[in-house]
Amino acid sequence: MKRRLAVLSVAGAVCLVLSAGFSAWAGKAIKIGVVGPMQFTQGEGHWNGATLAAEKINAGGGLMVGGTKHPIELVKVDSNEFLSIPDATNAMELAIARHKVDFLVGGFRTEAVLVMQDIAMDNKRIFIGCGAAHPELCERVKKDYDRYKYWFRVTPINSRFLVKVDFILLGMVAKIMAAELKIPKIKVAIVAEKAVWADPIVGIAEKNLPQMGMEVVGVWRPSPVATDVTAELSAIQSSGAHIIFTSFSSSVGITFAKQWGELKVPAAAVGINVESQKDGFWAATGGKGNYTLTINTYARVKITDETIAFFDTYRKKFKEAPNYTAGTYEAILILGDAIEKADSLDPDKIVPVMEQTKRVGTAGLVAFDETHDVKWGPGFTTAVGTQWQNGENKCVWPLNWEGITYEGAVPYIIPPWVVDHYKK
Amino acid sequence: MIQNIIINGLINGSIYALLAIGFSLIFGVARIVNIAHTAFYMLAAYLIYVGFHYAGMSPYVAMPLSVVAVGLLSIICYKIFIQPIREHEAAVLIATIALAMVIQEALLIGFGGHYLGAPPLVSGYASIAGVKVTYQHILALGVALLALLGVWVLLMKTRLGLALRSTAQDREVANLMGMNEARVAMATMAVSVMLAGVAGAIVVPLFVLDPHMWMHPLIMVLAIVVLGGLGSIKGSFAGAYILAFAEVLVVFLIPMGAFLKGSVALSIMILVLLIRPEGLFGIFFEEER
Repeated sequence: MKRRLAVLSVAGAVCLVLSAGFSAWAGKAIKIGVVGPMQFTQGEGHWNGATLAAEKINAGGGLMVGGTKHPIELVKVDSNEFLSIPDATNAMELAIARHKVDFLVGGFRTEAVLVMQDIAMDNKRIFIGCGAAHPELCERVKKDYDRYKYWFRVTPINSRFLVKVDFILLGMVAKIMAAELKIPKIKVAIVAEKAVWADPIVGIAEKNLPQMGMEVVGVWRPSPVATDVTAELSAIQSSGAHIIFTSFSSSVGITFAKQWGELKVPAAAVGINVESQKDGFWAATGGKGNYTLTINTYARVKITDETIAFFDTYRKKFKEAPNYTAGTYEAILILGDAIEKADSLDPDKIVPVMEQTKRVGTAGLVAFDETHDVKWGPGFTTAVGTQWQNGENKCVWPLNWEGITYEGAVPYIIPPWVVDHYKK
Repeated sequence: MIQNIIINGLINGSIYALLAIGFSLIFGVARIVNIAHTAFYMLAAYLIYVGFHYAGMSPYVAMPLSVVAVGLLSIICYKIFIQPIREHEAAVLIATIALAMVIQEALLIGFGGHYLGAPPLVSGYASIAGVKVTYQHILALGVALLALLGVWVLLMKTRLGLALRSTAQDREVANLMGMNEARVAMATMAVSVMLAGVAGAIVVPLFVLDPHMWMHPLIMVLAIVVLGGLGSIKGSFAGAYILAFAEVLVVFLIPMGAFLKGSVALSIMILVLLIRPEGLFGIFFEEER
């Protein structure tokens, strides 16, 4: 009996040692900090996209570096950047100093990312932006390459390209409305939340819209978290606007769409409305957000051969469509490729490899320009335009644009009450 | 434009008045600065959302239930957090801040930072003097005015109201006259929070719900009660409409500065206080109470 007990104990100890040691047979885990406002959908997108990427890489045993497979370990870093920039910087310091992450992906609010970027650069950590659009983040790479070379942006396209797509969508809707409703000159109300990322869009819109043959009838700048915009909508209706050109990234996008739809303001809503990219938008607006059109990154159309599979996998696992911050999926796969090609975890060796990236991603072909910003245009990442049409968020652009149509895209629909108003 | 300003001002002012009068009531009667006042308003809104979306209740059932629920919860919170430290006003202030944060964080854990919405009780809109106003806004205005009338009836025509007014005038003497001051304070807390609950019920279909939605109304409520005069109900009523109209004027006259509407409203409050420090209807010397 005693002998049996002794044998069993030794066998158990051997098993314990083996199981503990087994993980040591694989390489040390590569820690990637996923930084974002984790209580909010944007941070959830960051985490979910990163999770899918890590699962994909780890399913193959991890990344091969120096002849050893290293699994990916994700570290959730809640920046709380919606509410507090000091929280974001503290989170970044914590990720680097305490969690000792090797790489970082994420970020959302430009005001916070500008500071978080500096912390990452101080510590020579590769930080791949997946949420903040301001051009300054990448211009810093050009201004001071040695310091900021560790920064790359995978998503979104920067606000200058967002503006381009914005104007393309606006131009498309203006053309459709002018033709169908026989409007000689389209009037546009610019409504942009008061945030840094939207400032350049307002300036460019005020300058360019007259050159595009449209008239700017007013500019409204509500708070990003405004709880009521009926006063603004009344003023916009009084101005006679045919189109409301929106730039919203926060909850004001829902408030606006809900009240716009309820009041049936006779103007089409076109532009950027990040909340309307989400599946939950329909329920949050009670269906009143029908016919809002926004720039988007993902839609269930064949942007590339990877898109629909990613979209469906994401939706199946997380019960909602991916938003653009789920570009962490792409970011981590790109990083993984670069690590394996460089055969090193040294950021100075990885950076030159990442600069040569040309990857068919889920939202388009990802390649970086000299400022480490994702390239935009036909053949690269174009973004898409999605419009809510009776409960479904449909891709309505590109549709016969520069020879590009993503399979599955459908035509834009003018809100019926707008049609009724102008056809009276 | 004038019609827009008047109508939007009236609607926004009614919602603010509902919140501010409840706040003013608890301060005026029990000298409690209840920072968690708008957190209860938020909680009522979430309870209605839960009742509607998860329990399948009709909004007409969910709304009164949530108002009663927050009223009962306020009594429990009063007994646990406030009554033991009633005499220390600063401690009460801090305790109510903590309570507000607890409510916020609980909702954040339960619902995340997702923006939620509830459908309106009445869909559609009416055109009043050429201005489109949703039926839900008109309903909100009507309910707010009814609630305010209800508060007036309570204060002027009931024994409880008499007790509340007496305690507001002079706590010690009311106590000497046989009114249980502690119970009056508790009842005031419940009435005050239920008023906030009614405001929450009104705004659920109008606003987006998120766990930080209590902060902006709190700032406005504090501004309103200070503008109107601390402890003055009619002052809060007037202050609510003054600041609401100020916000609407900013949106219409300075569209680029629409995000500043809160700041402008607060600046008006500061201006009034510089001229009349006790507020519009307040009392200059505390001893006059």
